[in-house]
Order: sequence, then structure tokens, then C-alpha cells
Amino acid sequence: MTAFIGRRLVSMVFTMVLVSIVGFIIINLPPGTYLDVYRAQLMVQGTSTADQQIQALEKRYALDKPVYYQYVKWISGFVRGDFGRSFQYNREVKELVWNRMGFTVVVSIASLLFSWLIALPIGIYSATHKYSFGDNIFTFFSFIGLSVPSFLVALVLMVVSSRVFGASVGGLFSRAYQDAPWSWAKFVDFLQHLWIPVIVVGMSGTAGLVRMMRGNLLDILNMQYVQTARAKGLSENIVIYKHAVRNALHPLVMSLGMSLPGIISGSTVVSIVLSLPTTGPLYFNALRSQDMFLAGTFLVFMAVMLVVGNFLADIALAVVDPRIRYE
Amino acid sequence: MAVEQKELAVGQELVRIEDLHTQFFTEQGIVKAVDGVTFSIEQGKTLGVVGESGCGKSITAMSIMRLLPEPRGRIVKGKITFFPPQQNNINQTSVDITALDRHSSQMRGIRGRHIAMIFQEPMTSLNPVYTVGDQIIEAIQLHQQVDRDTARARAIEVLEQVDIPDPERRISEYPHQMSGGQRQRAMIAMALSCYPSLLIADEPTTALDVTIQAKILRNMRDLQQEYGMSIMLITHDLGVIGRMADEVLVMYVGKKVEQAEVRNIFHNPLHPYTQGLMKSIPLIGLKDKKLVPITGSVPSPFNLPTGCYFAPRCPQAMDRCRREAPPETEPEPGHFVSCWLYK
Amino acid sequence: MTDITMQIETPTETPEIPVDQERGSLTQGQLIWRRFLKNRLAVAGGIVILLFYVIMVVFPGFFGTYNYNTQREDAIYAPPQLPQWRDEEGKFHLRPFVYGLETELDFASFEWVHIVDKSKKYPVYFITRGEEYRLFGLFRTNIHLFGVEPPGTFFLFGTDDLGRDLFSRVLQGGQISLTVGLVGVILTIILGSVLGTISGYYGGVMDNIIQRIVELMMSFPDIPLWAALAAALPPEWSPAKTFFAISVILSLRNWTGLARQVRAKVLAYREEDYAVAAQAMGASDRRIILIHMLPNAASHIIVIATLSIPGMILAETSLSFLGLGIQPPIVSWGVLLQQAQQVSVVLERPWLLLPGFFVVLAVLSFNFLGDGIRDAADPYSN
Repeated sequence: MTAFIGRRLVSMVFTMVLVSIVGFIIINLPPGTYLDVYRAQLMVQGTSTADQQIQALEKRYALDKPVYYQYVKWISGFVRGDFGRSFQYNREVKELVWNRMGFTVVVSIASLLFSWLIALPIGIYSATHKYSFGDNIFTFFSFIGLSVPSFLVALVLMVVSSRVFGASVGGLFSRAYQDAPWSWAKFVDFLQHLWIPVIVVGMSGTAGLVRMMRGNLLDILNMQYVQTARAKGLSENIVIYKHAVRNALHPLVMSLGMSLPGIISGSTVVSIVLSLPTTGPLYFNALRSQDMFLAGTFLVFMAVMLVVGNFLADIALAVVDPRIRYE
Repeated sequence: MAVEQKELAVGQELVRIEDLHTQFFTEQGIVKAVDGVTFSIEQGKTLGVVGESGCGKSITAMSIMRLLPEPRGRIVKGKITFFPPQQNNINQTSVDITALDRHSSQMRGIRGRHIAMIFQEPMTSLNPVYTVGDQIIEAIQLHQQVDRDTARARAIEVLEQVDIPDPERRISEYPHQMSGGQRQRAMIAMALSCYPSLLIADEPTTALDVTIQAKILRNMRDLQQEYGMSIMLITHDLGVIGRMADEVLVMYVGKKVEQAEVRNIFHNPLHPYTQGLMKSIPLIGLKDKKLVPITGSVPSPFNLPTGCYFAPRCPQAMDRCRREAPPETEPEPGHFVSCWLYK
Repeated sequence: MTDITMQIETPTETPEIPVDQERGSLTQGQLIWRRFLKNRLAVAGGIVILLFYVIMVVFPGFFGTYNYNTQREDAIYAPPQLPQWRDEEGKFHLRPFVYGLETELDFASFEWVHIVDKSKKYPVYFITRGEEYRLFGLFRTNIHLFGVEPPGTFFLFGTDDLGRDLFSRVLQGGQISLTVGLVGVILTIILGSVLGTISGYYGGVMDNIIQRIVELMMSFPDIPLWAALAAALPPEWSPAKTFFAISVILSLRNWTGLARQVRAKVLAYREEDYAVAAQAMGASDRRIILIHMLPNAASHIIVIATLSIPGMILAETSLSFLGLGIQPPIVSWGVLLQQAQQVSVVLERPWLLLPGFFVVLAVLSFNFLGDGIRDAADPYSN
């Protein structure tokens, strides 16, 4: 098991290095250097120290040096927690990133839990009641869930709640708690706001999971060892939950890593409609205004989240499947 | 209470199958997988069931276990009576398995406890996520009120009986750590763990190579003696039948065509189908004997011929064979056959 | 050895349940087609998609009531006008009509207010002349499926912030949204099947490199990655170029899933007897891949393709919705939905959400269709 984790750790670090390279490439993709943008900005402001500032930045990012040197400089800063500077907000990226990443992680994990909690029982029901009325209903709704873009769900939910409750349901806090320090009341208020993004983001993932759980379980129910379990004289419930479901979970756990991108993607788009204090709105703003350090940092952070998530999913898989543990 | 062994009286009827009809309801139509089969299994004896794939031999077994994929496949007619062997001198009443709910506790109490089953595919018969020991202990604790340590001791004992070396260690191994032969032994151990009175073995050695096959069969025969149980052995391998069976049942397209003692089946096969089977076996040492395959192929279950199902392939078919299905006759004592030749 | 192995040998192999004669005479294609027709949802999905492609991709101008780009200062945010068959006195009209629409400036809020004027009725004519558009982007014509005579207006879905007819824009937007997915999927298939096959068949270093790339691409959340790449597109590019670039970007992450599955299939086939036999007979790698393996993986690839088009449509919609995909003046469903980003705006003008309905319908139909094809192509389903 230790050897297994060790191997996965090495491959995770390797992937992270590759991810950071792609992130760096994306930061450099827009035509012209990002300093041009900043320079233009400073010119407009007519700051007298513009040239000095530019020179300082050129030095900081080693823009006069070759590209690989720039990368090393950037990535070593990254490791130290120096992510560069947002030109749009004229602040250090690290000041902007942390808080929002925290909320992103919370919303993502809550959505993930939500979709699993909903999807597993439905998937099991559908598989054990194949082609029944209930199965058909669930199948139909999961198709709809797969087909509606999450931002549209968010939009409709906002409109409906405005109509019904007469109040906006966006954000993660009420106005009164927006800038208040953390307290029990603020936490309750947070939970009251959290469920909408969680449902919206979790919904599309839920539909996919239901389909997957249903398919897996149907395959497993055809396996010989399920028949063996029945032949022992076990009750159908034990056969299904102890012997079949346990095996049907593997592909799901394996797909955990793969469902994370969807959750993170979903939360970024939904966050715009619901105006959440997560990475989404800031990220897309940064992209639109070509504030590439900010955007690149967010992208790499999201990817790192995924890589770590995948790593955890691998370990979870090894826990549930002895074949992988002893590989 | 310790795990205890039953006493069995050899020769008494254990299971009686009467006019069993099991059908599958598919999109293309009804498949009569088992079509009016009658036979008995006696205590301590081995009944061999032979026939080509799809002749209904496995479905017969599944019907006895009530493990059919109901409602798609179900027993539509007939009776399966189980006579629990005498225990502590108390005669237990017989049970009609077909009348039980397949999920009922009574049926579950028969499955695994009185009638155990092993399957053809040792590679997939054991659950990959539990250790072999866990799976055997689960069966023991399900049917007997024993604590885990007692069950574990019994599991080790039975693993040893099926010739698994170092059972104390291997009991905590996962199925994928074992070879195919060992997995099948573990399956047999699981089946024997509760001292069943009937072991149904569906092609138990088909997927294994010949030397392992021989060892496992010998081991099964020894354990049958020791446990005094009956075996219903399903196979298409006449060699296995010759080595194991006391009585043989030959099936063709859902029907029983011949039943006799093993010696009679081999030396005096009556039904042309059985005769064909015998002619198609290669026998080492008989140089002048030619192998004669049975011509034609098994008819589609959706397009069965009228009369005797074997008539289109039968070298001795008469007009009557194509018109009417033959009734069962007993040309010599204990030798049953369904063929117009013996009417 | 004393054991004598005796096996029942019959000259022909018999399956567990042999197929009946009639089914046995059908070709594989006919069998798949039959099974497909049995799945009603899949057939319905297929019909909707066919209609969408004919109406929106081929003839959006003809089916639309107006030119999708005509702006009207006097009809900003006009509500939908539904065709009527029964007038105020309850009299039935065989030819449907629409009421007139009066526009006034509300001096309190300085917004245009639209009032239905029931005294004016404009009959709806079919195959009628109206605003000019280009058929197939080439021929100028002004024939529309239906419309009303000026000064009457017929805004079936209402109008947007510049007074453009939303119905015509939805049809025009469909042209882009439905083709982006198609182009993206073609690229996905090419990249995915070629790289997947190479990876699976040759193994070794090639396999390692390709698998690493796949892993890397899968490490990025899709929409943020697409958005980053789309944001890097030079703004001076022509709309057509941008459109193509967007499809390339979409397929850049999408091929990885297909490549993995094709690889797994090829790995399985490689072990199968006919591939080994072909190799033993001295067939070249290319021949084995092209003649033996690809046809086997083809049904699989088609299914994946059908099922990944909806993802592409959703992705384009999301990107354009965020202002990072297709750029105006080109319209796509996502571009149209941009107008609905503000809840306050949607509250007053709910018809701005109508393009979303078409997105859902198209994606749902593709999902049903793809699922139906998968079930039909898999001989072991049911």
C-alpha cells in the first residue's frame, strides 16, 4: 500500500509539473507580452514612475531572459506563494486567490457529496427495478439533467425564486454578513445560501452518476459471483448491497477523478449567474481583460485541485479494490 | 453448538423432479428450456446429466435452486420435492420447492444449507473484493449459529479437505491471488462448508486443464464418501461421467431422452442420440474405431420440429418419429428411453 | 496416463439459444436498424435533430420571419406575438392573424412600452416575400415561410435589446451552435481514433507519451481550459476563423476520452485470435489496423461521437454565454443567452430565455439518439 501511494505521489508531482508548463504557456499565449498591457495602463494614468515600474517588473519576470528561464522564475515564485501580479486589480495575485479558492473548494466538495448521495440510491433502485415505471421516470429525468446547461438552471432558479420569494438568492451570504467576521450566525447564513449552487452544480453530475451506477450494477448483477452469493442462501438485500453494490462502486470511484472537472467547470459558470465569491467570476473577468497572471494562476490552481482529487480517488480505489492494492 | 454432520442413508430418495417445465419468455418467443423432465436423485449417489450446450441441463439445476432469472425464466409446471435426510432420528417433512417463494427464508434455508452449487467459471465465481475466507465464513455463519472463530476453524478445515495447501494463510487471500484450480477448490470448500445433502456441480472442471481436472474430481469423489452426500454432476464430458456417475441422464433440447445406470449407458446405449454421442468419443487404444460425428445441428428453440426433436438428425428415423413425440419406455429394468424404436 | 478424455463433438457449434431462422437471415446493419426503430425516444430524438438541421443549418433564412440582424428602434424588447385564430367576438378565422403592436415611450422611466392593439389584425401569409437574406450564404432572396404585411409585425419569440426578431435569431443561432459541435466531433474522432489506435497497437514509448498527454489534458477542468484558449484567440480574426478555432479548441480536450476507449478496444482486439492469425500470416501492422481493427471499433466510435456532440453544444453555449466563445455579430444560442445574464432583465422579459429551450431540446435529442444507437449497436443489450 505504501509503495502504491509512493508511486502515485511521484506521478502526481510529474503531472503537476506538466500542468504548470501548460499554465505558463497559456499565460504567454495572448499576442504581445502582458507587460504591454500594463504599460499601456500606466501610460493612461500618466504615472511619472512608469518606466521604473516597468523595469522592475521586467526584472521580476526575467522578460529579457530566454523563455525557459522565465518559466523557472515563475514556477519557483509559484512554489513560494508568489503568483505574480494582477494588472487589472493592480494587486498581488495571492491576495486575490486564496479566499476565492477556499469557497470554490467548499462549493465543489458539497456538490460532489450531494450528487453522490442522490445518485447512488437512485442508480441502485433503477438497476434493481430495471424497466419498471420508477426506472423509466428516473432515466428520463437523468437525461434531462444531462441536457440542461447548469447556468440555465441557475438562471431559471433565480428568476423563479425572485418571482416566488421576491428576493434574490444569489451569492453565498446575505448583505448583512458580506464583510462580517465569521460567526455562528454567518455560518448559518452561509449554509442557507450554499444549497442553491450545490443543487445547481451537483445536478448535471448526478444525472451522469445515476446512469453510470445503473449500468455498472446491471453488469455486476450478471456476474457469476452474484449467483454464487444467492446459491449460498443469502437474502436478496445482502446479495445486492454486500456483494453487487460493493463491486459496482469501483468504476464510480475511478470516475470520481473524472467527475471533478465537470464539477469545477460547472461551478465556474454557475458562479457568474449566481454571483458567488468563488474563482469563477474573477477568472472569466481576468480572461476577458487578458489579465493573464491572474487567469493562469487560477487555471493552474484548478488543475492542481483536480490532480490532488485524482490522487485521492486512486487511494480510495485501492481501499475498495484489493486487486489494485496488490498490483 | 458446534458444526455437526448429518447422517445419510444411502439409497433413499433425496430430490424428486416430476414433469418439470421451465420456460424463458423472450422477445422472440417462448423457449421451452426444460420440457417435461422427471427423475430422482438418491442419497449418497451421483447423478450425471449429459447433453450439448442449451439442452436444458443447467436450467434444470437452476430450477432446483430456484435461481432462475424470474420472471423472464420460470417454472411453469411440475414439482420438485426435497426430502430432508433423517436428522437425529427425526423425520423431517418433505418440501415442494416449486411452491416456495424463491426469496423466502425457507428457500434460503435450503440453498447453501441442504443444496449447494458450484459453477463452471472458477475465475468469476468468487467475489473479488472479499477474501476467500470471508466468503466461506459468511456461508457458515448464515446457516449455523456459530461464532466467527468456530466458523473460521471450520473454513480452514474444509479448505484443507479440498487440498488447498497452507489453508491458515490462504484463507485471508483474495480470489485474484489464487489460480483457477485453487479457486474452484475454494468454491467446493464453500459449498461443502455446511454439509449439504446435495451438491450440484455445473461443469465444475470444464474450464480447468486436464491434470487439475482429474485431481479435483478424485477429491470430490473422496469427499462425497466422507460427507455421504449426493452429487448432481452436469457436464458435456462423457469422460467425467464415466469416472464419477452412478446414474446417467441424457438430455436433448429440454427433454430427457435416456436414463440408466452408468454401465448401461456406456455399454448398451439405446437412444440413437446416446449412441451418436458414444460414437463421437475418441478412445485411445482403439485404432480401427472411426469417429462418427452426429450430422446436422440442434434445432432452434423457436422452430422445433414436430414429433421427436432428434428425428431430423437421426440415422434410424421413421415416419412416425416425424409425426409424434415418443413416450418414455423401460425396455430393461432401470433403463428408461424415449424412442419409437423401443415401443 | 490412464485418464481418457472424451468429449462430445458435434460438427457445428451451437450457441446457448440459437437464433431463429428469420433473424438469422438479416444482415448486421438490418438488425441494428430494427433494434434502433424499437426505441421510440431515440427515433424521436433523431427526427428532432433532422428537423433542426434542415430548418436551422440549411434554411434558417427561409424559416425565419425576418432578417436576423435587422434592428428596430420602435420595437425594442417587444413581447412575443402569438398567432390567433379566434377574434374578440369569438369568430373563428381559418387564416391565423396577429394583433397590432403599439409602441409608446414611457416618460417616467424612458423605456419603450408595448401595447397590444386589438383593433388591428394582420393575417399571416405563407410563402411570402419579406426581408432580404442570403440563401446558403450566396443567393439573395426574400421568400420566407410565413410573415405578415407591414406595417404589421410578427415577432413569434419577441425581440431583443436592439429590436431584432428573436425567432429569426434563434434559427440563425442554431446554424452555428449545431455546426460547432459537428466540426468539433469530426476533429475529435480523427484525433481520438488515430492516437488511441497508435497507443493501443504499438504500446511502449508511443503509448506512454500519448497516455501522458491524455492525463495532462484531463487534469484541466474543461470549461476553464477552453475559456483560457478561446481568450487567447486574436481579436482581429475573422468570425469564420474564430468559429473554426473554437471547434478546434473544443476537440482539443475531447479527444482524450475517445483515445482512451479506442486504446482499450484495440488492446482487447490485439489479443483476439483473428488479429494474431493475421499477424501470423504476415499481414502488416497497417493492414491489421485498417482491415481488422478499425471496422470493429467503428460502431463504438460512432456511438461516442453521437454522445459527445451534446457536450460540444453545451460547451459552446457556455463559452459564448460568458462572452468567450462565438463573438457578435455572429449569433449562436450562447450569444443569444448572453442577453439573459442579468436576472433583473429576464424577470421583465422572460422570452429572452427561449434560446435556452432550444439548447436543451437539441442536447436532449442528441442524448436520446446516441443512447439508442449504442443500445442498437450492442448485440448483447437486452
